[in-house]
Amino acid sequence: MWRVGTVVALHDETATTRTITLELPDWPGHVAGQHLDVRLTAPDGYSAVRSYSIASAPNTERRVQITVERLPNGEVSPYLTQEVIVGDRLELRGPIGGWFVWRRQQTEPIQLVAGGSGIVPLMAMIRSRASASSTVPFRLLYSVREPGAVFYRDELRTLSAEHRSVIVTYAYTRTVPKDWPRPPGRIDAALIRATTWPAHLGPACYICGPTPFVETVANLLTASGNDRDKIRTERFGPTGERK
Amino acid sequence: MSSHIAYLDGNAAAGELSKVFAMDVTAAQGKCKHCGATRRFAEARLYMEGPGVVARCCVCEHVLLRVVSSCQGVFLDVRGLTYLRFDMMG
Repeated sequence: MWRVGTVVALHDETATTRTITLELPDWPGHVAGQHLDVRLTAPDGYSAVRSYSIASAPNTERRVQITVERLPNGEVSPYLTQEVIVGDRLELRGPIGGWFVWRRQQTEPIQLVAGGSGIVPLMAMIRSRASASSTVPFRLLYSVREPGAVFYRDELRTLSAEHRSVIVTYAYTRTVPKDWPRPPGRIDAALIRATTWPAHLGPACYICGPTPFVETVANLLTASGNDRDKIRTERFGPTGERK
Repeated sequence: MSSHIAYLDGNAAAGELSKVFAMDVTAAQGKCKHCGATRRFAEARLYMEGPGVVARCCVCEHVLLRVVSSCQGVFLDVRGLTYLRFDMMG
């Protein structure tokens, strides 16, 4: 079932990424981690559907945010990141998915691992924790190309500075900030050991990113003793734009 | 087998499958008819480059489910699944 949402705010996260806030009078509410489909239809009837993770926490305001990264050859993302203006109406289907979700009733420690734009549904979980004033222990390991590509940087800094807050670790793969203690590189066993919850605490793990990233991290978490049944994954396509 | 082709996971098919299922399919447990593995549908490997969507078992890679939308309707082929079990809680 397709619903019509109105764009009520736009915010640039990085040079190529934009968060779109939509208002939907008949939005049934969502759970952190879910996604929605956006359908664009051309005047000739050709239509394209893409999935985007919901970035916002569950709320009662009938509002939902998606964060979209512009892909050079994308069909949909250039429009969403460059053309859309406040007041535009978009066709949406959702919320979708009941597996890759964090519910406020969960009490176990939470380990989040993001690769690039895979941060989006995990940010919804972090925001959901904050808006519920939850003190459930959260850790985020965020693999990202370079400092300029980090989404939600200021908000993550604020959320990680509070008492009993989310512990955030960045793993830069290409360029690191000045005086950064670790050279650029991908997530490896040593970083998993040093920065994620010990397996004996029984954390629920959520991994989101491109398929090879998800496979690698899931294997590393399993190798460090985590139960496979406690690892939930969501893969983005090689292009970053989920079809 | 087909591991060199880019794949996603069952989460990506949920929108398309919401046309035919009243309940969320990603959390449903599916049993592979070929190898007998029982996994959440979210864990299936999803191939979306063709005219439709193909979900394969994440253990043995045999086809679990196909869904194709055309002007004639939505074709759903579930012959690779022994069953799909939906959690009726909540």
